[in-house]
Amino acid sequence: MALEILKPGLSTTVQDLGRPGYYHLGIPESGAMDKASLAAANLLVGNPEGAAGLEAVFQGPEVRFDQDAVVAVCGAQMPPKVDGVEQPGWTSFAVKAGQILSFGFLKSGARAYIAVSGGIDVPVVLGSRSTYPLGALGGFEGRALKAGDRVKLGTESRGGKPGRSVPENLRVEMKGTSELRALPGLYWHRLTDEAGKTFFDDVWKVAPEADRIGYRFRGGRALSFVPRKQPFGAGSDPSNIVDSCYPYGSIQVPGGTEPIVLHRDAVSGGGYFMLGTVISADMDLIGQLQPHQPTRFVRVDMETALKARAERKAKAQRVRESLS
Amino acid sequence: MGTRYSFGGEDHVFVEVDEEMSLDAFFTSLSMTNAVRESRIKGVTEICPANASYQIRFDPDLISPSDMLAEIKRLESAAAKSAGTLSTRIIEIPVYYNDPWTHQTLMRFRERHQDPTGTDLEYAARVNGYASVPEFIEAHSGAPWFVSMVGFVAGLPFMYQMVERAKQIEVPKYLRPRTDTPKLTVGHGGCFGCIYSVRGAGGYQLFGVTPMPIYDPKQEVSYLKDFMILFKPGDIVKFKPVDRDAHDATVELVNAGRFEPTMRPVAFSLDEFHASPAQTNKKLLEALHGA
Repeated sequence: MALEILKPGLSTTVQDLGRPGYYHLGIPESGAMDKASLAAANLLVGNPEGAAGLEAVFQGPEVRFDQDAVVAVCGAQMPPKVDGVEQPGWTSFAVKAGQILSFGFLKSGARAYIAVSGGIDVPVVLGSRSTYPLGALGGFEGRALKAGDRVKLGTESRGGKPGRSVPENLRVEMKGTSELRALPGLYWHRLTDEAGKTFFDDVWKVAPEADRIGYRFRGGRALSFVPRKQPFGAGSDPSNIVDSCYPYGSIQVPGGTEPIVLHRDAVSGGGYFMLGTVISADMDLIGQLQPHQPTRFVRVDMETALKARAERKAKAQRVRESLS
Repeated sequence: MGTRYSFGGEDHVFVEVDEEMSLDAFFTSLSMTNAVRESRIKGVTEICPANASYQIRFDPDLISPSDMLAEIKRLESAAAKSAGTLSTRIIEIPVYYNDPWTHQTLMRFRERHQDPTGTDLEYAARVNGYASVPEFIEAHSGAPWFVSMVGFVAGLPFMYQMVERAKQIEVPKYLRPRTDTPKLTVGHGGCFGCIYSVRGAGGYQLFGVTPMPIYDPKQEVSYLKDFMILFKPGDIVKFKPVDRDAHDATVELVNAGRFEPTMRPVAFSLDEFHASPAQTNKKLLEALHGA
């Protein structure tokens, strides 16, 4: 009852919908970067939405099944293959014992979510099966998968069937220039009016070092700060603050040059000012951004953030209904 | 102190108690987060105290951001009254200062340091006006420290030394962060001490290493079996300089499952501390080493 990892891909980790509740001790929630895609893949194979699946970034793994299973791949467009035969994305398909699941090249997006009927069965740590590699916590031995690993499958499935699909209009949509809606706040007052404007005007590009901890962007104009005598304990750079908590989605800009949006494996705090926060409705999208992807931050208010949250929830409900 | 409220997206309330660090700001942050926990406000998912600020994460589907903010503000006056005392514990942390492992690391990243010709300890001693490294170590390990925040990565304590501001050790962070730091390194950046709970990147100055694990995701270390993280905000830490032999002996005891940290319950009063830091610290150390 297991998956044998023949090739791990670039970085493939076990993730579910996360481990909230321990951020005050520096343990981030982790979990799928694109939660909606993991949930959809789980529903397709008859799993609970929060079952653990595999998150593969940029490159898929190669996996041999030692039992029959139903599989679905959602998120990035990275065509799954069974014994070399291409299968549709966002659609459940059957894999027989002894067959090999592999992947074609990435066409769009960044992270594919692989759900298997029964779910991935690794020990539940602090309420979740998600992997937090920096803390060697959860997932498969606290790390990304390696060739030769045998990953156990669970039994918490309600019997998924092959051939079920998420309707096209409910799938992840990738555009030429991505837009991330952000609510200004936190230490926004540290920026000059000019910097507050250029941050939202400029087109930024995802930097190659973007990862599960944070997505880094570069290419926009450097931000200038309102002059002040640095407060005691804050550090000497104008972008420094007395080390504080970092909200998920918060946008810090060390030295005023390269914004970093903290994501599911966020460092929980530190000494860099934050100018605001990407709204939670747009966090899934960040997980699908490739390096060099042009991106704009769009300034929104609380009302818009709450409306976007409700729309995301409604979309999730439509996915549920379409597969029920 | 001027409390400043802000939202982090639609699901965090962020509260800056004060722009600058002080024990008073930390105590307000701690008592406010305790008050939020005790009041059991609907929809709260994470309660995170920090050095001079705190953050509450909540589910906006259960409580609106404006209602959440109002609930927190409502607790503010009650928390201000209770902010002065704390029942906590003092923990002794052995430190092998100037050890070979952090020394090797700091030499490897010398070009990222303010003073490429010396060591981090020599630099920290000099910029803080100490005549020698041993005098600096005496100050670092002499007065106890408050754990004022746990985070950055799993189980890492930020610590603020319990001395008058004029005596606070202050050292800038590395010019450019290192890509590596040994696990259990005792470091310092700005006015904060820390212990790196896991190996990884970092920008704090490197002073030494403790043989005592503070984070164990496998929960095999004897005193981390109940929970994988040792520290919580409000703990008091006293560093104890040890030599190589004592360091190695402790490592062996830890591995054999027989090491028990020296730890005692203590009561702390902010007013007493302000009246006489030396007297307060003396009492804390007596409690640590008492019967």
